Amino acid sequence: MLPAAGGEDEEKWLAEGIAGLQQNAFYMHRSLDSNNLRDALKYSAQMLSELRTSRLSPHKYYELYMRAFDELRKLEMFFKEETMKGCSVIDLYELVQHAGNILPRLYLLCTVGSVYIKSKEAPAKDILKDLVEMCRGIQHPVRGLFLRSYLSQISKDKLPDIGSEYEGDSDSFIDAVEFVLQNFTEMNKLWVRMQHQGPAREKEKREKERSELRDLVGKNLHVLSQIDGIDLDMYKDTVLPRVLEQVVNCKDEIAQHYLMDCIIQVFPDEYHLQTLEILLGACPQLQPTVDIMIVLSQLMDRLSIYAASSAEILPEFLQVEAFAKLSNAIGKVIDFQPEMPIVSAISLYVSLLTFTLRVHPDRLDFVDQVLGACVKKLSGRPKIEDNKATKQIVALLSAPVEKYKDIDTALKLSNFPRVMDHLDNATKKVMAVVIIQSIMKNITYISTSDKVEALFVLIQGLMKDMDGTQDEELDEEDFKEEQNSVARLIHMLYNDDPEQMLEIIRTVRDHILIGGPKRLAFTVPPLIFSALKLVRRLQVHEADEIDEDATTTPKKIFQILSQTIEALSSVPSSELALRLYLQCAETANDCDLEPVAYEFLTRAFILYEEEVADSKAQVTAIHLIIGTLQRMNAFGVENRDTLTHKATGYSAKLLKKPDQCRAVYACSHLFWVENQDGIKDGERVLLCLKRALRIANAAQQMVNVTRGSSGPATLYVEILNKYLYYFEKGNPQITSSAIEGLIELIMTEMQSDNPPSDPSTDAFLSSTMRYIQFQKQKGGVMGEKYQPIKV
Amino acid sequence: MVLVLALGDLHIPHRAPDLPAKFMSMLVPGKIHHILCTGNLCIKEIYDYLKGLCPDLHVTRGEYDEDVHYPETKTLTIGQFKLGLCHGHQVIPWGDLDSLAMLQRQLDVDILVTGHTHQFKAYKHEGGVVINPGSATGAFSSITYDVNPSFVLMDIDGLRVVVYVYELVDGEVKVDKIDFKKTAAPQPAP
Repeated sequence: MLPAAGGEDEEKWLAEGIAGLQQNAFYMHRSLDSNNLRDALKYSAQMLSELRTSRLSPHKYYELYMRAFDELRKLEMFFKEETMKGCSVIDLYELVQHAGNILPRLYLLCTVGSVYIKSKEAPAKDILKDLVEMCRGIQHPVRGLFLRSYLSQISKDKLPDIGSEYEGDSDSFIDAVEFVLQNFTEMNKLWVRMQHQGPAREKEKREKERSELRDLVGKNLHVLSQIDGIDLDMYKDTVLPRVLEQVVNCKDEIAQHYLMDCIIQVFPDEYHLQTLEILLGACPQLQPTVDIMIVLSQLMDRLSIYAASSAEILPEFLQVEAFAKLSNAIGKVIDFQPEMPIVSAISLYVSLLTFTLRVHPDRLDFVDQVLGACVKKLSGRPKIEDNKATKQIVALLSAPVEKYKDIDTALKLSNFPRVMDHLDNATKKVMAVVIIQSIMKNITYISTSDKVEALFVLIQGLMKDMDGTQDEELDEEDFKEEQNSVARLIHMLYNDDPEQMLEIIRTVRDHILIGGPKRLAFTVPPLIFSALKLVRRLQVHEADEIDEDATTTPKKIFQILSQTIEALSSVPSSELALRLYLQCAETANDCDLEPVAYEFLTRAFILYEEEVADSKAQVTAIHLIIGTLQRMNAFGVENRDTLTHKATGYSAKLLKKPDQCRAVYACSHLFWVENQDGIKDGERVLLCLKRALRIANAAQQMVNVTRGSSGPATLYVEILNKYLYYFEKGNPQITSSAIEGLIELIMTEMQSDNPPSDPSTDAFLSSTMRYIQFQKQKGGVMGEKYQPIKV
Repeated sequence: MVLVLALGDLHIPHRAPDLPAKFMSMLVPGKIHHILCTGNLCIKEIYDYLKGLCPDLHVTRGEYDEDVHYPETKTLTIGQFKLGLCHGHQVIPWGDLDSLAMLQRQLDVDILVTGHTHQFKAYKHEGGVVINPGSATGAFSSITYDVNPSFVLMDIDGLRVVVYVYELVDGEVKVDKIDFKKTAAPQPAP
């Protein structure tokens, strides 16, 4: 018997085999047609001899086998007809054993056996026992597997199962089980033997061929699962232990992996749940090369789905302590294989965690336990470098975050931060982002300073420079994105109760102040505004109930704010700090805290004086100061005077004349506030407007005077509009003749051809004049006021 | 029918984490023809988001905007209307309608869109209309107490503009509308 060789040769041999088979089949049919039993047997034996070849790979052998199979069906039908005509099936059974070679003999025997069982002249169990024993005669793996597969196929509908017509006396289903188990065991042995046949260099080819044959072996398990007579007890006491015994003892990686998988797929989940200990007990005994993770996660997957299928099933899981058993089994597997790479161990825990979150989501202790087991495995090792392992740890940590939409729950897992500790800094940041995204997506609020503290520990990689990080690596855009997400997060830290909220604010303040100058510009503003919202709430409620014992006061909060904004000087971020001081000033003003408001405004001025150098920035800053000051009513006369004097002074000192002009006339509003007790100093208003006019005039005198929107003509029109504003408000210092004079001045200025006037200024003047006309025609008080103005 | 979205003072991430979910689900790309944003986005992410809603995006500078190069004011013509855009912190007293009317005359526009106070306003006077879309995120304001998130959608059709204001009150979106008709442009004085 020559071993199978190259592909082309194989095709040739297969063709030869098929040809031989078909030829003998032809003669066999002719013999059948002429009722010549002896000849039929002779030719069928010859036909089956083609299956004696060793030259074909399993794939090709299968083709030959299928053709033989088809022919044997017809032969079987003939046998049946013969027995119905009076021929004894027992005689037939004996007759076919005269075939020369053992393989054809056994195929024929099985075929007659099928008829024999159907005739019921002997118990099915006896015939089956006989056949399964006889098949031992073929020890060649491929031939043996196909033969036994044939036996399995023709017998599967004739097993003496409960309720079957072949049942015979009671409990014969035990014999059916025994039959299938024996066939299975023998087939597995043959299958495993293939691994060791042939030279070492052909191992890969052999393994591929084995893989092609695996379903032949697995089919037996499927047949077992269909036997009605097997109940849970029999499965537990007999079937599973026998199958597992074979699986473990064969010590073959391919067989073990495939068969464990088969067992899990083929038998009901109910059985698995009740035999968990036995099934899991086999796992540590398997070959170390078997990927136990896949096997176990398959099992846990099925059990998760089973648990979800009905509400009554879940208590069963608790009753059999499914979690504990799985947890122990995984622990054992990991312990038995100290060489197991860390990524595999973590993957096992990820699988277990997935199971736990699906089946026992309410049992945080279970979840924490899984994380704890992981911590134990990771402890004593250096920080994880392996990318795959890192990814698995991120998956492990992300699972509870995703499952429990409220981050509060994840924060309760004591082992969560411990697992995080084992990540390198870059991955810690990845996890931090996962956590923040979950909070933002689910709009969950973190409501106590303790929880905030716990959360910040988890995301500390984002909040400060960790030891050993070289942050120059980090892209500026990425850094900004990171910090902006931290900023957004700060808005999710909230509690209705002022005491609690203040604690939260303090905690946040403590953490951001050690974040380093690069981060402050991002993290300080959201904290400030969060705190100002609290101040506003206190202020509004103070009107309702005055709580003498309240320890949370606006004053305390302003202290914290002051200190926090000051930290921005280390960045430095003066323009931002100036704006924040102004916000605080205004809010303090609304609380009637005059000294606090004064202090904030003073600081804003100091920053303006000393830090804001860019001329454009100065223009914006001074307008913000004027706008804020204009709204503030908490100041006594002296303080107010000091501040307005400063504001007007700085306005007049801006770099460019048009900017000076505009700032100064803006200052006029500092002396005229429309609400009841607001200041209405008409004289000082007029002084400002006149000063603005002088500046506009001076701008005109300058060589290379600017045109267009900052030209003196435009400035005059703007000031004219301000005159009209105060005129309408009833400032006695603004007279109709003053207005007329100003209009005349503008007209003169505009009519000078050198340089020609700007169209936008023209339009502005036109609309202003239209406005005056409109007001004159209005009638009533306004119309009367405007009446004297001649245009 | 030209749809113009007016919004501003989002103050993300300084004062608010995000636009309200209900607003975001209403604002879908492809429906709006122009966006006028009063300013204080504050970060580029928000600019990109708005640009994704509508490529014709106009932004004026708010005092907290990360990008300092947005213009102080902007004017554009849509149909029969001239529109002006300005954040509003430059116009003192803040929120004062007469002072805003002056800016409107200066820019020579029919509709002035301005913000800063975080309070929705739609005010008609002889010179035209002043609209404040409020704060789209309901951000804290030292000027206005109890800010509800709001934005404005203008439907410009010939000489008529319908101003829809969307406000988020107690978790529900409320809509109101105001009609404005422009009289035909007066003849220029000889």
